[in-house]
Amino acid sequence: MASAELTADARRRPLSGRRLRFGDVALQVVAGAAAFGVTILVLLIVWKVVEGARPAIEKYGIQFIWRVAWNPVVGRELYGAGSFLFGTAITSIFALILATPLALGIALFLTELAPGAIRAPVTALVETLAAIPSVVIGLWGILVLAPVLRSTIEPWLHTAFGFIPLFGEPGTTGASIFTAIIVLTIMILPIVSSICRELFLGIPHELKEGALALGTTRWEMVRGVVFPYARGGIAAALILGWGRAIGEAIAVTQVIGGGVYVGWNLFSGGDTLASKIAASYQGASTNLQAASLIYLGLILLVFSLIANILAQWIVRRSARKHGITRGGHA
Amino acid sequence: MSTTIEPTVRVETRRTPMPPRERLESIFEVEGLDAIYGAKPAVKGVDMKVYKNLVTAIIGPSGCGKSTYIRCFNRMNDLIPGFRQEGTIRYHGQDICGANVDPVAVRRMIGMVFQRPNPFPKSIHDNVSWGMKVLGIKDDVNERVERALTQAALWDEVKDRLKASALSLSGGQQQRLCIARAIAVEPDVVLMDEPASALDPIATKAIEELMHNLKSEYTFVIVTHNMQQAARVADMTAFFSISQGGEGQRFGELVEYDATEKIFTAPSDSRTEDYVTGRFG
Amino acid sequence: MSAHGMGASPLQIKNLGRRKAVNRVMELLAWLAAAIAVAILGVVIWSVAKRGASELNLNLLTKPPIPFSLTNAPQGLANAFVGTLVVVGLATLMALPVGILVAIYLNEFAPASIRNGITMVLDVLNGVPAIVIGIFVYGLLVVGHGQSGWAGAFALACLMLPLVSRSTMEILALVPNSLREASLGLGVPQWRTTLSIILPQTIGGILTGTVLAVARVAGETAPLLLVCSLVGPQINWNPQHALQTIPVAIFELSESPDPADHARAWAAALVLLLFILFTSLGARWLANRSRRKIAAR
Repeated sequence: MASAELTADARRRPLSGRRLRFGDVALQVVAGAAAFGVTILVLLIVWKVVEGARPAIEKYGIQFIWRVAWNPVVGRELYGAGSFLFGTAITSIFALILATPLALGIALFLTELAPGAIRAPVTALVETLAAIPSVVIGLWGILVLAPVLRSTIEPWLHTAFGFIPLFGEPGTTGASIFTAIIVLTIMILPIVSSICRELFLGIPHELKEGALALGTTRWEMVRGVVFPYARGGIAAALILGWGRAIGEAIAVTQVIGGGVYVGWNLFSGGDTLASKIAASYQGASTNLQAASLIYLGLILLVFSLIANILAQWIVRRSARKHGITRGGHA
Repeated sequence: MSTTIEPTVRVETRRTPMPPRERLESIFEVEGLDAIYGAKPAVKGVDMKVYKNLVTAIIGPSGCGKSTYIRCFNRMNDLIPGFRQEGTIRYHGQDICGANVDPVAVRRMIGMVFQRPNPFPKSIHDNVSWGMKVLGIKDDVNERVERALTQAALWDEVKDRLKASALSLSGGQQQRLCIARAIAVEPDVVLMDEPASALDPIATKAIEELMHNLKSEYTFVIVTHNMQQAARVADMTAFFSISQGGEGQRFGELVEYDATEKIFTAPSDSRTEDYVTGRFG
Repeated sequence: MSAHGMGASPLQIKNLGRRKAVNRVMELLAWLAAAIAVAILGVVIWSVAKRGASELNLNLLTKPPIPFSLTNAPQGLANAFVGTLVVVGLATLMALPVGILVAIYLNEFAPASIRNGITMVLDVLNGVPAIVIGIFVYGLLVVGHGQSGWAGAFALACLMLPLVSRSTMEILALVPNSLREASLGLGVPQWRTTLSIILPQTIGGILTGTVLAVARVAGETAPLLLVCSLVGPQINWNPQHALQTIPVAIFELSESPDPADHARAWAAALVLLLFILFTSLGARWLANRSRRKIAAR
């Protein structure tokens, strides 16, 4: 960015009589401290989470990660992340499967199909969906969505497709992994679609014209030019959406029903890493239980960081690739 | 009968002289064409016949609507919101401006090469083959790719690296690749919107040679701001200029359309004469 | 010409009909996707509006809750509104100056490598799940001291920081370099240039960025659940104690079996939603206006 170079330049070429002003130093030090403070903050977060989980790490080691157990009864305490890891995986992956075609469809609609008058309002509406707090979506999930799912959708899916283990015996309250998947889909939809929308808007117009001028249909052009060009960005969007899904604690805990469950029946209750923490934190009776919950948080943090850094790396790589190609040779 | 003038441009003898006018077959008949962006007309009242298997050049000062005009032929202006077209363009007798005509079908027969090379972010081979495959040409793909690249005078330079990215080519090569891509689907007409304006003279020459050689298979319509290029390459030349309308509107209109020799040596209209002698524009 | 099999009309292209049908189906699916998104939004907002409006009255804002109430004595969520005001307000006071300083450093002083590095760190911070921030603040501020409004505010500030920094950086980047050059050329020291000349240009953008960040954390529940949720029903302004907040109140009420609690939850959700929608839309409108003003200079 030119401004930083410019002012850095001004520093390196002092005019006659220009001395290092206290104000300049002070501002740079204070602002720099703030900036590096952010780095310290992130490191502190990691440190504190590890420290909080230490009692559980020392007692259970690595095996905690896949152990399926959560028994808080004093004297027979045994904790493990296995079922919650499973819950996180199954809810986030299914939510991603549902949200991806919807998000791509919305992004394509907004960039290729929407007539001028409705383009802006629909874009704003989709962004608004992102602004709804998770606790409100969760409230709606328990009180509106879950009853509907329990009374109509889940029984229907069970009778029609019950031979698929996914659609087993429905529960009694409608709070289930399935409901959580629907809620998570709603929550990650706006993020993925708005990133994809920005991507599609950034595709050079000449590329699309070149394809259409050959006599291809709009869809053929999208498949042949838009998707390949935006491939990296779409991947990053999906990863970011997935990261959001695994981190969502509140809405999920409101609708997922709770329990230690590893199985294929989506209509069963269960828990994810995040939802278990939110559900059990206040009632954590022993230090070991609290530390085990924090251990869950540590696992969640690791996955989030991986997703975040992966997405950032993809974006940087894709930006460089397109940067080179757009600059071009003569 | 106007006297011959001293043009600033030498009209070179072309290798294949144009057949006499009676034996020319028209492929486009433009009648009363107006091209309008929103409330501002870009081009008004054009009447013109484009002839088959010739190179037709469209010249004129900048802002006279040449690009807009040529994009009417393959309905590319449809992509611009607020654009509308009046009048007719008959292609082999069928009006392609009508609302009931599918632009996709039009563009299949009437291809386009753009001012700046716009190859797809794919390999060289795939750039040429993608269009074919999508449009349903599934047999002999590799042979067709080779033929298109040969016709575009690019084959020798890329035959050993067909899998390389198209973006690793130079500008002139990329433009020839775009030409290969356009002719690979075997259109009827190829429209060229200032195809060499972003290129160096050597690349420009290669493209002009190409048009000469392919004239027998395709019909070319080329927009160019370079009079010398028009003189070298075109059989027929259309000169557009900017006119003032009521309410201070400026729009382009067709001033003169004739065999290239006539335009450059004995133009009928004084505006044409002013332009080709460099007195203005 | 063999390739396209020209039929009777020059524009008759083989298999175009099938390709157009595929195109049409895809178009319909895209329309459907957009319709589904709008429908979901509509359903959620409609639910909140319909169920919340009936319970929405002044009592909600002014009366504290009466736990285990057996009468119909008026009660509300006044403690939650007060608590949200205090906690979010303190969070903003914490996050705003730090966020602005970070943005100033990155945009005006930092060499490119440091700027990229710290931007990446900000993105990482942005991606940390809110519940993990809650665990962090719990370990940092709650262990040994108990929950407090300060802890809640700090947790929210961690969430706001990347948003405030990001939007401030974007606005700073929009200020034309000619302004900096002119000021430095006149001999105005850099710190003065930045604070007195550049920053005032960006007030509008910073404001909207902050408002958007506030809208974002006003509804944030997870960290508060861990560090600022063990509260009584009385109205409390003191951040040294844990304060009730609207999102936590909604969360707790939603888990209760009592339909009266649900009604209050909907009402609170409606107020929260209205607040967020108005501030988000208002901020975006202001942002567009401010961006156009700056870019036009």
